[in-house]
Amino acid sequence: MKIEILGTGCPKCKKLYELAQEAIAESGVAAELSKVEKIQDIMKYNVMLTPALVVDGQVKCAGKIPSKDEIKKWINKQS
Amino acid sequence: MSSCCGDKSKMILPCSGAADVGEIADRAARKLSNEGDGDMSCLAGIGAGLSGFVASAKGADEVITIDGCEVHCARKSVEKIGVTPKSYTVTDLGFEKGGTQVTESVVQKVVDSIRGGKTERGGCCDTSAKSKRLGCCG
Repeated sequence: MKIEILGTGCPKCKKLYELAQEAIAESGVAAELSKVEKIQDIMKYNVMLTPALVVDGQVKCAGKIPSKDEIKKWINKQS
Repeated sequence: MSSCCGDKSKMILPCSGAADVGEIADRAARKLSNEGDGDMSCLAGIGAGLSGFVASAKGADEVITIDGCEVHCARKSVEKIGVTPKSYTVTDLGFEKGGTQVTESVVQKVVDSIRGGKTERGGCCDTSAKSKRLGCCG
C-alpha cells in the first residue's frame, strides 16, 4: 500500500505525516509512506487544499487533519 | 491552490453552463478567484467523482456555488457530496436566461452582488473573509 502526504512543509503537513506514521505502526499494515512537497506535484492530485492524505492514489482528505482513527479506517479498508 | 494554514479557505464553484447566464457565472467565478476572494475549482471534477476535487470541497471552510439559472446544477452537485454551499444564482439578480449579453459590466454586477452577499441562500451572512492564496506558513 502506498500512502502519500501532500503539503509544502507547514506544521499541519508535518503533523499529518506523524499521525499517518503512528496509524500505520498501530495497524500493523505494510505501507510505504512518503511526502509530496512540490506544488506542481501536489496539483497532479487535483487538490485545492493541503495538507492532504492519499491512499493508493485516492485522495481521502484535503485541507484538514483527520483523526488517527479515520486514517486507520482508510488504511484497513485498502489492505 | 489554497494555503494549508492561515485564513479560512473559500472555494468557488460555478456551473459554467452553456447558456449566457452559465457563462456569466463562470466569468464571475474567475474574476472573484483572480481578485483574491477565494479559489475557483472545477465543478466537473466533483461531478466526475475525482477524489482530489471531492476531498477539497469537503475540506474547505466555505464553499460558494454560482449557478446561472434556477436549475442549480452547481449547488446540487455540491450537495450530492454532502456539502452545503452558499448558493448564488445569476437569474435571481434580474438577468434573463437566453436574453442577457455577456459583458464586463454584467459580470461585475454579479461579482459585486456576491461580495455583498445578495441573493445568497444557505450558510451565514459573513462574506468578508478573504482566502489566502498559494504558499504555506512554513
